[in-house]
Amino acid sequence: MELELRGITKRFPGVLANDSVDLTVRQGEILGLLGENGAGKTTLMNILYGLYSATEGEILVDGQPQQFSGPGDAIAAGIGMVHQHFMLVPVFTVTENVVLGVEPTLAGGVLDLKQARGDVERISAQYGLEVPPDAYIEDLPVGTQQRVEIIKVLFRDARFLIFDEPTAVLTPQEVEDFFGIVRKLKDDGKGIVFITHKLGEVLGIADRINVLRRGKIVGEAIPGEVSESQLAEMMVGRPVDLVVAKTAAQPKEPVLTVDDLVVADDFGNPVIHDVSFEVRAGEIVGVAGVQGNGQSELVEALTGLSQVVSGHITILGQDVSKATPREIHDIGVAHVPEDRQRSGLVLPFTITENMVLDSYHEDPYSRGIAMDWDATAKMAATLVEQYDVRTPSIDVPVSNLSGGNQQKVIVAREFGHDVKLVVASQPTRGLDVGSIEYIHERIVQERDEGAAILIVSTELDEILALSDRILVMYRGRIVAEVKPEETTPTDLGLYMAGGTPS
Amino acid sequence: MSDERPETPPTEGPPTEGPPKEGPPTEAPSEETRGQRRFLRDLMGLDVIDWRTAVLVPLLALLSALIVGAVIIAVSDVELLRLWGEDVGEAFSQTWTTIRDAYVALFRGSLWGLRPISETLVSASPLILAGLSVALGFRAGLFNIGAQGQMILGGIVGAIIGFSFDLPYVLHVLVALIGAAIAGAIWGGIPGLLRAKTGAHEVITTIMFNLIAVPLLDWVLKLEFVQRAGRDDPVSKTVAETARLPQLLGWLDRNDLRVHAGFILALLAAWFVHWLLFKSTLGYEFRAVGANPDAARYGGMNVVLVYTGVMAIAGALAGLAGANEILGIPEYRAAPGFVAQIGFDAIALALLGRSHPAGVVAAGVLFGALRAGGQQMQAATDIPIDIIVVLQALIIVFVAAPALIRAIYRVRTGEGTGQLTKGWAA
Repeated sequence: MELELRGITKRFPGVLANDSVDLTVRQGEILGLLGENGAGKTTLMNILYGLYSATEGEILVDGQPQQFSGPGDAIAAGIGMVHQHFMLVPVFTVTENVVLGVEPTLAGGVLDLKQARGDVERISAQYGLEVPPDAYIEDLPVGTQQRVEIIKVLFRDARFLIFDEPTAVLTPQEVEDFFGIVRKLKDDGKGIVFITHKLGEVLGIADRINVLRRGKIVGEAIPGEVSESQLAEMMVGRPVDLVVAKTAAQPKEPVLTVDDLVVADDFGNPVIHDVSFEVRAGEIVGVAGVQGNGQSELVEALTGLSQVVSGHITILGQDVSKATPREIHDIGVAHVPEDRQRSGLVLPFTITENMVLDSYHEDPYSRGIAMDWDATAKMAATLVEQYDVRTPSIDVPVSNLSGGNQQKVIVAREFGHDVKLVVASQPTRGLDVGSIEYIHERIVQERDEGAAILIVSTELDEILALSDRILVMYRGRIVAEVKPEETTPTDLGLYMAGGTPS
Repeated sequence: MSDERPETPPTEGPPTEGPPKEGPPTEAPSEETRGQRRFLRDLMGLDVIDWRTAVLVPLLALLSALIVGAVIIAVSDVELLRLWGEDVGEAFSQTWTTIRDAYVALFRGSLWGLRPISETLVSASPLILAGLSVALGFRAGLFNIGAQGQMILGGIVGAIIGFSFDLPYVLHVLVALIGAAIAGAIWGGIPGLLRAKTGAHEVITTIMFNLIAVPLLDWVLKLEFVQRAGRDDPVSKTVAETARLPQLLGWLDRNDLRVHAGFILALLAAWFVHWLLFKSTLGYEFRAVGANPDAARYGGMNVVLVYTGVMAIAGALAGLAGANEILGIPEYRAAPGFVAQIGFDAIALALLGRSHPAGVVAAGVLFGALRAGGQQMQAATDIPIDIIVVLQALIIVFVAAPALIRAIYRVRTGEGTGQLTKGWAA
């Protein structure tokens, strides 16, 4: 029992997305498909799932060539897919979502949910999914929603499951639970394709690893016989520094001081309670924590995007508790926002236009009420060169750039000026290894040039690699302050979960 | 800049749960709303980079509309339909003649000679001004459905200033235009402010403001100082000669050439809107807020001010369009319905013009030509002028479905390939 891709080639106009890819998954094994963003992983899986048709090559199930003209055919052949973005109806219950498209119908067109509900409970119990069949999707946490997607696939009797970047939306705890489920599926004889760009994950879960680069399989590896840096090199095509090279910090005067800060959400519920800390020039302070423990609100308060209930924020001696984003920018604060597409960039705007998003009102980019686009384009061209943004021209919309290059545009814009304080939230989320390396280098460089740096990240590896000091946030409070060399990921994880290491 | 931090603009959709939250804090918009957003931005032509496509698609839409319009002309003639049953050859030739006569009359009435061109430009001027109003809103992500009401207010104030004061030439007309612009700005700015402060959607509020403007006009026209002496029906006094928009071809000494300085005003307004949108800091803010309000806030822009400002400027443009109909058209007076459907046609026109000032001017001249030619067509043939409305609607349908146009005419554009590679371009 196996699923095989043989010589799959997919051409889009002007682009070769997959180049004669061969790939085999047997039942009862986990195949890791590793590749950078844009390596062609998702295209390949969309071919396997019948969403695209391959230009050349064939798909075989148990040795039988298959013709997929849509996902329906792929499902019939026993292939199921759990997408990166869930395909669920929020106002339907779990059972209703599971049967969507294959509704059990009684005579006269009456929907029969009773049996389906039973099936959902049975599948949920069998794999320890713990999904309540009658709960509404919108009330469920993201991790549970993902398990609903898994039930959907199993309900359709899939023998092969494809997971597209399944951990991107999960918290560290959820990732552990998820891995447990995947192993159970494997033990039950399912064949699993696990698509990711995260080295640690693929080494932790896969039985075999295929590395995809520029549409081609460039290597195969077995976890245990290969190191992270070897895999990274295969994936990127050149040696990559996984460890950030930096010297010991030499903290000077405090740049950012936060005293007894209280911040509330839109409904007046406090989400940050009496937080105090400081960041000094020449040091990187990392804020660790599970997503949703007040880090986003902290960053918004520091950058003027939300209102402070009480307490004080002082930057370079100025009280900015009530300052606007512009006033804070003008002091020399660079802000790398949490979600680059949502708030960091205007996607339809060109690179030039995005480069002045927070400085368009300044000389020389504008004079009075008139923009000076020539001066702006000159600056943009310099920064694109300096920060190695890969683009055909500065006049293309940033929506055409890859995630890594979009992030480089933001970093260039924010670091390209005289910076006293950097507030960076999830600076490398969703980026590939090469871009992460680059952005980390830039952050360390800013530190060495004398800026104070505050990094907020949910990636423990990132926090440990970059920080000179680590603050851990839990439920809106700072519950621990540690030095990276004096702590372990396990201890940090405990703090993040609200516990204390013994 | 104000000392206060910008208020969080009211968010649409369900409130997010309180902390500690699970999963990512910012749910990506669903595929569906993203698709709708994409469609609207495409429809408004906001992200057009390839100008050849920008010009070609509307032109082909026009051609397609004329073809479908010909079919409608053919099948709406009962006599012709009967003939098909009796003598196919004769029916064919008569159908051909009917369609040809109609379109020839349309062409002659709009472009063939000085008077038709003059009439085309007379119709085009308010359409361009109102179209610019709608297009400006589109650029900032706002639907100004209220050009109609803003025109009415501009017209009322322009008329009142026009007949109430005794001012010298040039100055009088300028004062009347400025007054009309301010009236339109207020009528448009209020919905903008409501949107910014309370989240009340501008589509609803501007439609309501249209509904308020109509009886307001009726009421004002019956006021003693407005109503023409000796009249019972709602008609205003005549605007003083000093406040009229001068006729451009008055020196030719022909009284049938009505084209007036309103057309120059429309061109100046188009130039101004272009400068505003693409060369000024304010326009940069407008476009940023329109494309991504969150990023605009992040960039230090005051979204409340922008929403209000955009709607006020859009209202001012529509107010000028209204004044144009009072101060530029002989009889020089306000009466109920003086705006006709211009404020609504302006929406279609802004879409056809891809929300670009130059496109709006071209689309305005086209719609003006259809209007002027339609009257000639109605007079010369038996085809009702309503076919013009059908043609305008068809053009928009084809513009709204660029994929259809591409399929029919096998147009290759950059967009098609861009979509496919976007997902994976490294």
